[in-house]
Amino acid sequence: MAKHVVAAVGEIPPGGRKLVTIRGREIGVFNLDGAFYALVNRCPHQGAALCTGAVVSRLEAPLPGEYRLAQAGAMLRCPWHCWEFDIRTGQSWCDPNDIKARTYNVSVEPGEALAKGPFAAETVSVAVEQEYVVVEL
Amino acid sequence: MIPAGAIDCDIHAAVPSIRALLPHLEPYWREHILRRGLERDNLEASAFPVAAPINARPDWQPASGLPGSSLAEMRAHILDPLQPRAAICNVIHGAQMMMSEDLSAALCRAINNWLAAEWLDRDPRLRASIVVPVHSPDLAAEEIERMAPDRRFVQVLLLAMTELPLGRRQNWPIYRAAEKHGLPVGIHAGSSFRHPPSAGGWGSFYLEDYVSYAQGFAGALNSLLAEGVFQKFPALRVVLIESGVSWLPASLWRINKTWRGMRAEVPWLDRMPSDIVRERVRLTAQPFDAPPDAGALETLLAQFGSDEMLLFATDYPHWHYDGADPLPAGFPPGLLRKLLVDNALATYPRLAA
Repeated sequence: MAKHVVAAVGEIPPGGRKLVTIRGREIGVFNLDGAFYALVNRCPHQGAALCTGAVVSRLEAPLPGEYRLAQAGAMLRCPWHCWEFDIRTGQSWCDPNDIKARTYNVSVEPGEALAKGPFAAETVSVAVEQEYVVVEL
Repeated sequence: MIPAGAIDCDIHAAVPSIRALLPHLEPYWREHILRRGLERDNLEASAFPVAAPINARPDWQPASGLPGSSLAEMRAHILDPLQPRAAICNVIHGAQMMMSEDLSAALCRAINNWLAAEWLDRDPRLRASIVVPVHSPDLAAEEIERMAPDRRFVQVLLLAMTELPLGRRQNWPIYRAAEKHGLPVGIHAGSSFRHPPSAGGWGSFYLEDYVSYAQGFAGALNSLLAEGVFQKFPALRVVLIESGVSWLPASLWRINKTWRGMRAEVPWLDRMPSDIVRERVRLTAQPFDAPPDAGALETLLAQFGSDEMLLFATDYPHWHYDGADPLPAGFPPGLLRKLLVDNALATYPRLAA
């Protein structure tokens, strides 16, 4: 398990995403209200590029007429069949226990710490005064 | 031959003529009907033309009158040979679906009164479904309230194909009243025929009407699911009567699959639609769409994913089988007890009490 620097914090604003390739694996990194999450760019259903799908809110209604927009922007909708996945956990809405997208640990690290290593930062140049998004893989 | 003590969840008592209802009508409506000469018309439901052979087995044809209109014949044909512990009478009649809402309600009240006096009072094995004006939900709910104290009425009877899809909110007073009284809603094959009996329009033959009823049931069930009826009325149970049964597994596969991508439209469907159906929906097992062999039957039953969904029924006097054995050929003996008794007891609280 190595840590990979994938972006400067400012590069992925809230609601935004960045697709990166780490050791040949495509991964989507998302900023949800200031917190960062990473998912494999492959839908567990039929392999579509999941992380290119629309970011949508979680729509809830325990009964017809009782509508609630819960967790704005917390879901990722697969571009092929519109299955929804929770960006934070990778769980599908339709079958959360059995159908999940692979997720990766993400942290935000100061450039100062990164400069000391051991981090892989193949594509991102690190400055000590900035903060960076780091994915474990 | 099945053992005695089964529960027959669908037999048909036929209103012999509107004249038979006159003593059971309120004076106002008796006068109204006589003024209009309606007692000379029996308001036969188009869905079940009495002269069509499928609607009466040859050896159950009465000497005179309509098949199913005589208690003595019903006893001789089905109750005495099969000795059920209970048999649920479902009356299908034009009263349920006629245009005039108040007349429809008045005739439904008369039919329920007639059922109680002429059938339930005369044979302790008989139970009945409450007949309601299906296009007037408020009046239907009133009739459910009126009849619910008579515990021999064990369910509310609707038709699969009505002016509005069954799940629509206008219909919710019916479900509210049924749930309140612990009455399942029985949805019987049939249509008010003010709209085509198939999604593609009007057919030319009874064959296509009859076979397409399964499509009507699928539409009704999808409507109940999508409109959230099972969430809004969490104790409500639904029985699909005379639907045939083989269409259901494929229909559930289809709605499950589509739901995965469209669930945000209907967030109250918070689990697979098939799970809701397995818990809340039952089907009477006659007609049973004759799978070609025992292996296919076994496969079909496995596809249901539950052995609690099928309810035994003869569908007397309709002609779905010959001889004395009403079970689908090759029905697994291990499931008989559930089919014949246990599933019905679990579905109809008033039968268990």
